[in-house]
Amino acid sequence: MLSNIGVALLLLVLILSFLIIYNSSLELKTSSQSIRKNIYQLSLFQITFTVLSFFTLIIGFINSDFSLINVYENSHTAKPLFYKIAGTWGNHEGSLLLWVNILVIFSYLFLIFNHTHNKKFRLYTLIFQNILILGFLFFLLLNSNPFNSIYPVPAEGLGLNPILQDPALAIHPPLLYVGFVGCSIYFSAAMASLLSSYAGKLFAQSIKTWVKISWCFQTLGIIVGSIWAYYELGWGGFWFWDPVENASLLPWFAITALMHSLIVLEKRNTLYSWVIILCLSTFILSVTGTFLVRSGILNSVHTFASDPSRGIYILSFLSFMIFSALIIFFTKYKKENYNFNLKSRETFILANNWFMVFFLVTVLIGMLYPIFLDVLTNVKISVGPPFFNIVIIPLAIPLMFLMAIGPKFSWIKSQNKFFYKILFLILGAIIINLFIFYFFGKYSLLSNLIFIAAIFLILYSLLDIKNIFNKKNKFKLPRVTSHLSFGFLVFFIGINYQFSLEEDFNLKVGEIKETNNYEINFEEIKIKENKNYKAVIGNFKLTNLKSNLVQYLNPEIRIYSNPETLTYEAAIKTRVTSDLYLTMSNVSRSDYYNIKFQKKPFMIWIWISALMISLGGFIQLILKKNEN
Amino acid sequence: MLTKRVKKRIIFLILILLLSILSVFFILNSLKKNILYFSSPTEIKQREDIPFGKAMRVGGMVKKGSITINQKNIQFTVTDFENEILISYSGSVPNLFAEGKGVVAEGKLSDKNFFIASRILAKHDENYMPPEIKEIIKKNAK
Repeated sequence: MLSNIGVALLLLVLILSFLIIYNSSLELKTSSQSIRKNIYQLSLFQITFTVLSFFTLIIGFINSDFSLINVYENSHTAKPLFYKIAGTWGNHEGSLLLWVNILVIFSYLFLIFNHTHNKKFRLYTLIFQNILILGFLFFLLLNSNPFNSIYPVPAEGLGLNPILQDPALAIHPPLLYVGFVGCSIYFSAAMASLLSSYAGKLFAQSIKTWVKISWCFQTLGIIVGSIWAYYELGWGGFWFWDPVENASLLPWFAITALMHSLIVLEKRNTLYSWVIILCLSTFILSVTGTFLVRSGILNSVHTFASDPSRGIYILSFLSFMIFSALIIFFTKYKKENYNFNLKSRETFILANNWFMVFFLVTVLIGMLYPIFLDVLTNVKISVGPPFFNIVIIPLAIPLMFLMAIGPKFSWIKSQNKFFYKILFLILGAIIINLFIFYFFGKYSLLSNLIFIAAIFLILYSLLDIKNIFNKKNKFKLPRVTSHLSFGFLVFFIGINYQFSLEEDFNLKVGEIKETNNYEINFEEIKIKENKNYKAVIGNFKLTNLKSNLVQYLNPEIRIYSNPETLTYEAAIKTRVTSDLYLTMSNVSRSDYYNIKFQKKPFMIWIWISALMISLGGFIQLILKKNEN
Repeated sequence: MLTKRVKKRIIFLILILLLSILSVFFILNSLKKNILYFSSPTEIKQREDIPFGKAMRVGGMVKKGSITINQKNIQFTVTDFENEILISYSGSVPNLFAEGKGVVAEGKLSDKNFFIASRILAKHDENYMPPEIKEIIKKNAK
């Protein structure tokens, strides 16, 4: 039943997409100023049917309708309702349906909210967006249909991968998808802008809100994924430079560069071609990331079971996108005059772009090099985290200095009247750093420089915030919030990296281990039956030998029945100054349990500052809304 | 004669070019130092020039019944159904590490039969198998 409804809805969407493309191209030739009613109506039908098809799938998951293969493979009647719903996008087919939904929703919103802009430009955007919708819809129907049915209907489903049964991971894909797929709209808009010669300032105004929305969601999505990795994967870190994480970072660098250079285009009406390139590459990188992750080409700790045929389709569609983008870009390319003064804000924004592109290229090389080497020489390698750390971290130092002083420069040309302020703040940062260095521990020269740069950025931004409240100039608030939080993020990550404790050992029940001022007492083991899993809970008493503070930590080993899997749940005690992190595992079914104990300073502050970065973007969206 | 403006532009271009070459060189150089080679137990047995004491990755299946554990570390045998290697690891193992399942270990060879791992890689999906291991098994299962 549901299978037929779902497929019928998707076919309707398919037909509507064709109709929209057809009608829009007819409409291009008419001379009237506004777009005809019927295109709005078609779009409204399109969005309605798409969203309905998604709800159909959700209903299938809620009712555990195992006549759908997708539900059968990824759900189970014993699963809590929340994870039944989250299961909808917790798998390849369902997430692709979500992907199409976001494409359609953005297409519709762009159509109705940008009514002040040029008609031709809007129509071309609509056409390109619908070509994208068609491409992914065909992929969905031919290769990964979530509504495929199975007969005879199985009595019970196979269940959702237990590691995915987690609140953070339930919201992680939708956030990231809004971020990634949201880029599609300014991919289409960039193509439309080239074709309709609707360039410069007005173009910048038409896409800037969409860029900010997708930036906010991308940032948030990456952070939530990272938080999940921290408490679920049990190794206590939060960033691994893993290929899948890198894949999510590539579009983020591009979009961050875009967000900054878009300001130059809007205010100074220059850098148009560069903005177009960034618009195009952001979405292309998003799709590339998806392609690499879904096709199983990347060997990653996050990889899910994959299917090469998916890769081939995405790859051919991707090449089609890149080629048409290149052709349109080069046939329509116009020479621009760049006239930058060294001491102007646009120069600093270009510097930001240089850093972002450098990071992007670094991560791209680190990610693709193993693939090329494998194809060319059949040698299998992987690029370890040290590579990324060595190349990226030193460059964060000049980046943070520029992040602080760049926004101080005014457009076109400015005088340096704040030279002494910079000198004064650098001195302050050096003193604070010396204080940390002297009282808490020694670290390398590089780390010293990073701390100085981060503290400088923090101090500078704090002064900015003071100015904002004195002068009530709230429009600077978003930028300062994000830059300040970035400073804090680097600072806390640095502290965390320098002063973390980590200890691995094996213990039997009843044994006591002393390490780094902590006494760890493995008191007992309890077994608890839950709805969809059995938990072996360890009871650990931790005594801080210095302050005699006693804490109890209860890591778990969970045995899920469908599918049968073991997972290890870390016990994390979060405090203001540090996290205590304890995992226990048992692989050989012997008496020994494998214990990993970590003390991670300022963990919670890393999350808070990371979230604040994206908060900056959200503040801007709200301010802009009030302004209009 | 070049005008001042053209001169300025040429200097600017040369600077950018130098900067890009420098950064690409820097990236590739650090890349070279930080790659980890992946080998199967058979490759380790057969290759003459395998480096000892250099970080690398070994992958295969965890042999059934081979996991032992004591106060300090875990030991298990990794097999590609032709050759095997003993792996010693101290630390907690990731989710989904189990006998009869695929595993990738990162660490250093101490000799051709003994590998000291510093990290065991986790997989999210019980059906997932690293491509390298899939290939090994396909080759040896004939």
